[in-house]
Amino acid sequence: MPTHRILAITGQTDEAPDCRTVRLDGAMDAQPGQFVMVWVPGRDEFPMSVSYIGDNFGVTYRIVGNGTRSLSAMNPGDKIGIRGPYGRGFEITGRRMLAIAGGTGMASIAPLVEKAVESGVEVDLALGAKTAPELIMRGRCEEAGAKVHVSTDDGSAGMKGLATDIAAKVLDGGDFDSVCACGPERMTTGVLDLAQKRGLPLQASLERYMKCGIGVCDSCAIDGKHVCVDGPVFSREVLASLTDLGRTRLSISGRRVPLD
Amino acid sequence: MLASGILNETGKSMLEVARAGAGAIVTKSLGIAERSGHPNPCIAEIECGLLNAMGLPNPGVKAYADDIKEAKAGGVPVFGSAIGGSPEEIAEVAVALSAAGVDAVELNLSCPHAKGYGVEIGSSPEKVREVCGGVKSMIDIPVFAKLTPNTSSIASLASAAEEGGADGIVAINTLKGMTICPELKMPVLSNRIGGLSGPAIRSVGVRCVFEIFEAVNIPVIGVGGISTARDALEYIMAGAQAVQIGTAIRSQGTAVFADVCVGLSDFMSENGYKSVSDMVGVAHVADT
Repeated sequence: MPTHRILAITGQTDEAPDCRTVRLDGAMDAQPGQFVMVWVPGRDEFPMSVSYIGDNFGVTYRIVGNGTRSLSAMNPGDKIGIRGPYGRGFEITGRRMLAIAGGTGMASIAPLVEKAVESGVEVDLALGAKTAPELIMRGRCEEAGAKVHVSTDDGSAGMKGLATDIAAKVLDGGDFDSVCACGPERMTTGVLDLAQKRGLPLQASLERYMKCGIGVCDSCAIDGKHVCVDGPVFSREVLASLTDLGRTRLSISGRRVPLD
Repeated sequence: MLASGILNETGKSMLEVARAGAGAIVTKSLGIAERSGHPNPCIAEIECGLLNAMGLPNPGVKAYADDIKEAKAGGVPVFGSAIGGSPEEIAEVAVALSAAGVDAVELNLSCPHAKGYGVEIGSSPEKVREVCGGVKSMIDIPVFAKLTPNTSSIASLASAAEEGGADGIVAINTLKGMTICPELKMPVLSNRIGGLSGPAIRSVGVRCVFEIFEAVNIPVIGVGGISTARDALEYIMAGAQAVQIGTAIRSQGTAVFADVCVGLSDFMSENGYKSVSDMVGVAHVADT
């Protein structure tokens, strides 16, 4: 068992400014919401959501530092290492789902929407971003058959407001029995509030700095749970019990710091 | 016991491990100053174990004091693991750990992947004696020296620790290793060299504990590749009074602690042992 699968890049596409999808010459059998550790040789290794499952799989990432900048500069044929899939993804339950995505949170929501529709679930998607160009994979979800509701912070597309604002509106107008969310933690805490008030089952994905990805190093700990193996997707009950949620995270050294 | 370096960056994680049945908890290795550790990849999953070069990331002993308090709520002894670049620095950390309320200190004299720390101090008997002596003169709680197997004679390191006043020995830390990715023509770990843990090192650890047991008169804690009661029994019969578990959490989760304890009880009742101490070092009896 080698530690990483070494796969060639088949192509990269821009999703939004500072957000790209890399497709790889290999298959990935994963649940929506699961992640892989992506090794950019000689630079870094980081967790990324699988945004395209199956053959010619792909991950979608924001360019936030030197490692992701190096990845974005790589060409077809260049090789990277992959280990995973890891963690717990989304479970598809119920008959009518509201999926909520903020920004690059769409990386794990888009494959969920596709799979849920395929399994016969009626899906609405509340998609929020700061500005219109940052709304990603919207067409993909519409093609899959989801009813898409859009919001932007600046009003440049859809409703002016946050993803939680549009999500609240959609929830009030329909009879949903499942809510799934992935986005910035501010959004997740807002979504948790919406689901708690309505008594709706919720699954939401969290993000933390990770080193091992396999539940030993404790660097992604949140209230004794580990984002890499207990998550990244957590249930409403667990999310509601997390005192660190929306407040603190661990830095690279393990120091508790306020959430950005 | 929970071994250092696994699920112990935060108080709440240590509390979970205590609740899962660990008899004691060892903290992450802590220094005076905050350390980020090595860049990723710092772990490689290989056959029979894990190779890691975390590089001793820690927030610094002062920032960790609240985590120690949280871990203590688990009701089991908490050992504070100390690192430092010099005997004085290690003693300073040990004092801070003691002040934070740990029940014992484990001196990490054996980390194989952080330059200037651990094994660079812990591979010379003279330094081991000096560090143990220095720490013992500063604090009143028990002091354990965690030793490296990356040496020609771990027994002489253990004797040196005993001479320095250590109250016990912990053996072993990880074995120095490397794994290379042939397609990329480079070592997988950013630090190139890492420490090997897991089942692959168990027979090395058992041998080390066996040798140490014959060399010293202080208690030995066995660690390295334990995932079942049978593995723990090997260490106990080699001379360990307690054992630590770390890497097995990767495949078995924290349930491994309760599983090993239940397995030990079953073995003891089937074989007529009344307490663990009746089994400590019994494998030496066969010596002639």
